[in-house]
Amino acid sequence: MKNEFKIITNLLPSKSRVLDVGCGDGTLIKALIDEKSIDARGIELGERNVKECILKGLSVIEGNAETELGQFPDKAFDFVVLSQTLQAFYKPENVLEQLLRIGHRVIISIPNFGYWQIRAKLLFFGKMPVTKSLPYSWYDTPNLHMCSIKDFYQFCEKRKIKINRVIGIKGEKTSSIYKINLEMKNLFSEVGIFLIS
Amino acid sequence: MNYKIENIKQIIINKPFKLDCGQTIKNFPIAYETYGKINEKKNNAILIFHALTGDQFVTGNNPITNKEGWWSTAVGPGKAVDTDKYFVICANVLGGCMGSFGPNSINKEKNEPYGLSFPLITIRDMVRTQEALLAHLQIDKLLCVLGGSMGGMQLLQFCALYPEKTFTAVPIASTASHNAQQIALNELARQAIMGDPLWNKGNYFKDEKIPKNGLAVARMAAHITYMSDKGLQEKFGRKLQEKKNIEFTFDADFQIESYLRHQGKMFVERFDANSYLYISRAMDYFDLAKQFKHGLNEAFQNHKTKFLIVSFSSDWLYPTKNSKEIVIALNASGVNVAFAEIKTDRGHDSFLLDESEFLKTIKGFLDSNFEIFKNEKRI
Repeated sequence: MKNEFKIITNLLPSKSRVLDVGCGDGTLIKALIDEKSIDARGIELGERNVKECILKGLSVIEGNAETELGQFPDKAFDFVVLSQTLQAFYKPENVLEQLLRIGHRVIISIPNFGYWQIRAKLLFFGKMPVTKSLPYSWYDTPNLHMCSIKDFYQFCEKRKIKINRVIGIKGEKTSSIYKINLEMKNLFSEVGIFLIS
Repeated sequence: MNYKIENIKQIIINKPFKLDCGQTIKNFPIAYETYGKINEKKNNAILIFHALTGDQFVTGNNPITNKEGWWSTAVGPGKAVDTDKYFVICANVLGGCMGSFGPNSINKEKNEPYGLSFPLITIRDMVRTQEALLAHLQIDKLLCVLGGSMGGMQLLQFCALYPEKTFTAVPIASTASHNAQQIALNELARQAIMGDPLWNKGNYFKDEKIPKNGLAVARMAAHITYMSDKGLQEKFGRKLQEKKNIEFTFDADFQIESYLRHQGKMFVERFDANSYLYISRAMDYFDLAKQFKHGLNEAFQNHKTKFLIVSFSSDWLYPTKNSKEIVIALNASGVNVAFAEIKTDRGHDSFLLDESEFLKTIKGFLDSNFEIFKNEKRI
């Protein structure tokens, strides 16, 4: 399991109710159920992934998070998880609003566009960066709204969304991010995980 | 119907049984069949609900018609619903014509079939009789309830009435409420039957003159709704039936005509016209949301049953939209629910066909949940 999922698993208290939005093949959900007895469910757009989840006995519905989160009541879940998908929505602001409505707290991870390698690639080669965490070319990327850790941090502040915790990931290494080290971490983290409410 | 119904499994429900229409019935039979063996812990039982024209003979040879059971693609040894592993139960619905109490049952007081003096029944009535069957078989909690089309309606009703009686539930290509188009199509079928002079207000048992033509037309119309435009076009197109050119007659020039006529003809051999009226009416009356003050969400509030909802992309009779309504209600009620739409051109009938993606999904869901259910029971 990738490091990001391990960190998310650690962040979640056992026996809580969790919705994994864009849950892929259900790897995280399965870990949450097996390791922490979490009541975890998912919504996923890819039909192949959905069937994969169902074969594992996971409660995953085929659907588009962009348009179908409205069916969940307010505060239906203790936590809602959105792993590296926010940038792929047409209207990430609306999706974020829905996530905060249906979950008491939201865990969002974002591929950090402020990572130094990305900055360097654009600066030195003048081409759209292709990296391990952002493996797409400009013409086939599903990512419509890239942002950096700093962008998202400031966005939350501006929208008065409470930032409970921020964790930066660089390979296997993790570190806490605060306002005071934001500039540095924004340069050296590949992925940022935000716990917000 | 030309078949004799003897030597089939039945329970007799002795106690007075109050129907939704207000009438009370008693001492009536419910016919059923089982496949596989119940295990020691009694945690491998699956109840299957059949659709409008189905019966209790899910798989293997149907002893009455001598044909394959209606769900042989999905149920049987080594199949998706593996009868080597699971104990499968299916009852003929109340109102049916395969040994359960229905309009062609004999009214002993008059020594003739009930016909239209049989009371109107509902999906809820059907389900309550099947709960009595489970009590008879001494099964407290099922591993799964499974059903497509009208079977799915019974399943939803079952889960709403008896939330503790099943661990999982799989409604397939179904709906929580019959809509205008679905009622309209059923009405078309009923008018075809009732328009046949031999129907004779449901009293057609003398001289064996049964309303075959009306029932066949009803079946033909219904059969079209079970397929998709694309499926029909691919299978039949404008192909002619054993002829080179159109013949300027009203005979079956086209293969599709011949096919539908054949379907109609086969159907009247095994199904009772009055049963068709009663069961299709029960479907029309089905509106689960209306049974609860706060609608469909209340039907499943705090239920622990795990659902898998399945729909088919080309099904226009019970389209994905109907299945999604169920998903939305379950999510709003905080119920565990999985949902998948199977991509296929074969329309509503897909659930009866050899659709590998569908069968794989059902198998995976059942097998993985059986493991969870076994562990849960041990605690």
